[in-house]
Amino acid sequence: MLKFLEMGGYAWYVWPSYALMLIVAAINIVAARGALRDAQREARARLARARPREHS
Amino acid sequence: MAWVWLHRFGSPPYFYRVARRLVPWFAWPALLLCLGGLIGGLVFAPPDFRQGEGFRIIYVHAPAAWLSLMTYVVMALSAAVGLIWRMNVAHAVAASCPKIGASFTAVALATGMLWGRPMWGTFWVWDPRLTSELLLLFLYLSYIALRSAFDDVARADRASAVLAIVGVIDVPIIHYSVIWWNSLHQAPSVLRFGAPTIAPSMLYPLLMMLVGFTCFFAAVMLTRARAELLRRERTAQWIVEALDADQGGPSRGGGRTEQSAASAW
Amino acid sequence: MTTARNPALPASAATRSLSAAAWALVQRDLRIALRRSGDTLQPVGFFVVVTTLFPLGLDPQVSLLRDIAPAALWVGALLASLLALDLLFREDAQDGTLEQLALCGVPFTGLMIAKTAVHWMLTGLPLVLVAPLLAGTLGAPAGALPAILLALLLGTVSLSFIGAIGAGLTMGVKRSGSLLALVVLPLAVPVLIFGARATEQAIAGESSSAALYLLGAMAVLTATLSPWAVGAAVRIGLE
Repeated sequence: MLKFLEMGGYAWYVWPSYALMLIVAAINIVAARGALRDAQREARARLARARPREHS
Repeated sequence: MAWVWLHRFGSPPYFYRVARRLVPWFAWPALLLCLGGLIGGLVFAPPDFRQGEGFRIIYVHAPAAWLSLMTYVVMALSAAVGLIWRMNVAHAVAASCPKIGASFTAVALATGMLWGRPMWGTFWVWDPRLTSELLLLFLYLSYIALRSAFDDVARADRASAVLAIVGVIDVPIIHYSVIWWNSLHQAPSVLRFGAPTIAPSMLYPLLMMLVGFTCFFAAVMLTRARAELLRRERTAQWIVEALDADQGGPSRGGGRTEQSAASAW
Repeated sequence: MTTARNPALPASAATRSLSAAAWALVQRDLRIALRRSGDTLQPVGFFVVVTTLFPLGLDPQVSLLRDIAPAALWVGALLASLLALDLLFREDAQDGTLEQLALCGVPFTGLMIAKTAVHWMLTGLPLVLVAPLLAGTLGAPAGALPAILLALLLGTVSLSFIGAIGAGLTMGVKRSGSLLALVVLPLAVPVLIFGARATEQAIAGESSSAALYLLGAMAVLTATLSPWAVGAAVRIGLE
């Protein structure tokens, strides 16, 4: 296990690379979903302003 | 026949619906493939003859670089389609790409630096591939900056489309730079004519990562594209029905947040 | 959306041909630019001042100057080109001339070439003319001069055409100074790289033909493709 973590001495280069990839991938996911949620919220607000709803 | 398909996809409500359904079909394979690729690459692939365990950075570096190039091409193509045929859907796709592309270009550069330090002895060298990849990052950033400089979304779409098309010339330069010039960076071992020059036990995890990342890109891009489309369509009628469907049923006064199974991603 | 017709523009059907219209445009732009020669020659002045500051600021060992001469020349050329880009479209867009040009029935792309040519005449050409002087102050040997001049000639043409794209795209944006630079610089870097390389090889006495050929290719490429992009960008900006 320790040998695995050490990566033949390259640990300080290999593991930060993988960590960076995971972090960036996670940020992409979170940002995209957030963008969609924001856009949906804005769209609802715009629609409510443009056509006042009957049941609101 | 292809035109019918293109026109159907060009319809915003159709794209919005289909994108929502497609995202899980890209997201889960992305997860599985990347997991498999990581395990295969970290555990099962044997250490490299010259580089030892250090070569395993390739399983992050190469997919990130691939993604940086592919994203730009997708961005430029959809920008061109949007410019020529004036399709909001195409512009929405183009608008969703740059942040994804820029982030993975940065990852490619950073992991490349981390790989170069032990192997070449230096973090950076101004050789053709590294320089042109850095240029790609600047192109993405200037695209994002140009977009945000316009208040009107339609003008932003068209102006940035011109920029994307002009900049696409960097992509073949990046790919062929290691062939055209004496570069420190190694020549292509997978994306080339003829058989790959890399051992199968190392190759298969790499291919899994490449395909997995591509699926990841598709999932993220489609999600962002849905958001961009909503912003462009203003108060079109189809949005009412689409938002209702997002909430999993007829609108209940706008109080509930999006929770349905359709948004598992 | 009509504004007062600019009397300097081709007004009659007889001048509908592209070459006549382009020539008229070139003359008009040059006349306007030279009327305000202070503004127009500022970039060149800037180039000269910056490039002569390097020898003053550094320990005047000739060898070190020779090392930085390529970089100094080319960064200076790039900055000078950038500085003059704003003038290319902004005023004409504001007073409605650009719309008239777009509407007057002459191929717009050809008029864009004319405008870019004027920009080059006001920045690239003076640079090339002043370059022997500057190369001398930077310690470049006389034998390197032809190659340096050719490189600057080809490079500045490319820079003008590339810059015009950026100017067209940022035309409608307020306070677009840094945005313009951000858009133009990635596209201009290849010119910078090969121009500096050609200069460096020339100063060292080596053959710079490879770099010069590439610069020539870039000049041809940008001159043929950029007018389309500039025309498209300007039309978008005029909407």
